[in-house]
Amino acid sequence: MKMELIQPFINAADAVLAQGLQSPMSIGNLSMEQEAYRRKGVAALVAITGDIEGRIVFDLDPETAVRVAGHFAGGELPESDELVRETVCELANQVTGNAVTALNDQGFHFRVHPPVLHTSDHGPTSSEDTEALVICCETASGSLFMNIALRYNVELPGERAAAAGE
Amino acid sequence: MEQFASLKRSKDGQPVRYLVVDDSVFARKNLARIVETFGGQVAGEAGDGMTAITEYDRTNPDIVLMDITMPQMEGIEAAEKIVAQHPEARIVMVSSVGYQENIVAALQRGARHFVQKPVKPEVLYEVIKYVLGEDGAVVSAAGAGA
Repeated sequence: MKMELIQPFINAADAVLAQGLQSPMSIGNLSMEQEAYRRKGVAALVAITGDIEGRIVFDLDPETAVRVAGHFAGGELPESDELVRETVCELANQVTGNAVTALNDQGFHFRVHPPVLHTSDHGPTSSEDTEALVICCETASGSLFMNIALRYNVELPGERAAAAGE
Repeated sequence: MEQFASLKRSKDGQPVRYLVVDDSVFARKNLARIVETFGGQVAGEAGDGMTAITEYDRTNPDIVLMDITMPQMEGIEAAEKIVAQHPEARIVMVSSVGYQENIVAALQRGARHFVQKPVKPEVLYEVIKYVLGEDGAVVSAAGAGA
């Protein structure tokens, strides 16, 4: 998976989390994941289809999810677990939406699907063409993990141009 | 949360009434909190485009805040159907997916403006003022009782 696919997600997470949490975010560990995905806590999955296909999972341990939901609700404690899950889904939606907006500017076209709560403890194993990158976003409220598994469904714009020039 | 000078309807000085459409309960609550800081009132909520159409007919709001990516019927299609029935409808698309073709499609089908998530209250406030035009009036706290 190329960095040009990943950087928009890092930038989007930075922008969305900084505004919602009113504090800066930093990137911690980055790791490639080949094993089946293991859920850490409250997780939301957003699927994207089009020139680039795959899914992004946002995963927060339960305590962090409550703190993040509280910040996003303007400092109030979330009324229910359902609202915590909703907040994680909306966070996933906003980060993915902002990232694909940036990727669209690079010439890729997508359809973003509504976020769904990821409830199973394990996800599908990453394959060679959909290897997953796990990014740890460290915030004052705790760590948020973005598990990104995307693959190109079309030639890259540069490759298209090179092929056209042959 | 920052408080803004109240935006009222110029015809009767009543609060601007909003229909908030988003499949996320969290996003609806967040938008409701923001429009209340503008002195507005949430007239109705919907979690998908189909419900948005029936809620528009029921509540006849001054402004619709409409998400794009939703189950059953997406926001752009719902906006088109509402405007076909109610050409005066003022619909502001509110979505995290802010690329040009989405914005153009929404505007071509009758939306008046577009705001990208995460919503900055000061941006939404200016957009609402613009979309209301002469039908909206800014009422300062000092002049609220006048």
